[in-house]
Amino acid sequence: MSTNPIRVLIAKPGLDGHDRGAKVIARALRDDGMEVVYTGLRQTPEMIAEAALHEDVQAVGVSILSGAHNALVPRVMTQLRDKDISHVPVFVGGIIPDEDVAALLELGVAAVFGPGTRTGEIVAAVRCAVERAVAGASG
Amino acid sequence: MSLAKKIISGDQRALARALTFIEDGDAASERILAELHAHGGKAHLVGVTGAPGVGKSTLVNALAQSVRARGDTVGVLAVDPTSPFSSGAVLGDRIRMRDLAGDKGIYIRSMATRGALGGLSHATAAAADVLDAAGFDCVLIETVGVGQAGVEIAANVHTTIVLMAPGSGDDVQAIKAGILEIADILVVNKADLSGAEQTRAYLRSTLTMGQTARAVAGHPHSEQADTPSPGWEVPLLMTVASVGEGVDELLQSLVAHHDYLASSGELDNRQRERMRAIVELRLRNRLYTRLVQQVSQQRFDALLQAIVARETDPYSAVASLMEDID
Repeated sequence: MSTNPIRVLIAKPGLDGHDRGAKVIARALRDDGMEVVYTGLRQTPEMIAEAALHEDVQAVGVSILSGAHNALVPRVMTQLRDKDISHVPVFVGGIIPDEDVAALLELGVAAVFGPGTRTGEIVAAVRCAVERAVAGASG
Repeated sequence: MSLAKKIISGDQRALARALTFIEDGDAASERILAELHAHGGKAHLVGVTGAPGVGKSTLVNALAQSVRARGDTVGVLAVDPTSPFSSGAVLGDRIRMRDLAGDKGIYIRSMATRGALGGLSHATAAAADVLDAAGFDCVLIETVGVGQAGVEIAANVHTTIVLMAPGSGDDVQAIKAGILEIADILVVNKADLSGAEQTRAYLRSTLTMGQTARAVAGHPHSEQADTPSPGWEVPLLMTVASVGEGVDELLQSLVAHHDYLASSGELDNRQRERMRAIVELRLRNRLYTRLVQQVSQQRFDALLQAIVARETDPYSAVASLMEDID
């Protein structure tokens, strides 16, 4: 088992200007020993995929509070595919209505976290997905 | 195709993978670095350092755009601190570098210090070599926010930019040893804030003092004391990096410094010292690892226990361990 820190990108696509949630998650992942690249507000899907590529992250978390997830998440997924890094698990957090969750999972999103999710649950899900991906790559 | 060949051909995904291998100390990293070495030595390696919050990332954002405007490509290594408690890190330098997104001629990598204390991570020098071999004309290395120590950057680059902000203290702070001594270019950022002029005046008087001292002691970087060195007068510049003010002048100073290094022979000196540091560090690590393998964990723990119990002392214990190693 590798003891190298897991590298994660936390990104905020779209126009909403509230990143407290993203920062709380970044902090929780850090406190679990991960290296979290946080890129700040108002990122385009292209910027997110480019950062994921440059930083060689093992997971991407996108935080969306604006309700634009059905427009933004597919574009993020497409951009990751275009950059040949679609194997990186993507997590979505924010205000996501229950009825939209299935469609996001259908797109290949690893998990969707709504308001009230405990940070420990998110940390465990990221760690689990990354370790599964590492095991898959070496097995 | 090997990872190194992909990197040389401009494959950014291969580059990103290689940097991870290097950071993680993966067995593949030495082979990659060995293969890349012959392709390096062309980039201008530039360090940007200064206290937390003086505007290092913002300046890198502005400077990288100026370098690009000349047609040169830019690789950025941005170092942020690792938490000593969780060993995790939040790497936030990209937040200030959003203007650099979407340009294939720019590659930005965030690095955590992972326990290193000199303002860089142990992998930063090798990462710079990889960006150099990948063909980036200019490699900008941003250190963690450092104070009066943290001068490791200077040994790893050709040109060191030290960034200050107004209110950085008086002239006694400025003559203390450390970060000011490593500056090839000194910049007062946030020059639109009150107190900028005073900070400039303090630094100016410190610089003239230093130049007098150097004239007496000989140039600090010159190995052959009898070779006359034309010397380099450290420029003191004012910038407002957030709006790009003064950044073109900074770029001119960077180019002038590189020209100075090349024409004075100092570039060769710095390259050699950089390589010496890389070789010595690797050698030290390998020797240490090999020797430590000859000492059993039980023996080490027993000695440690005895030291804690004050039955022996650290100095006799090390002497006794050295006898085991022969």
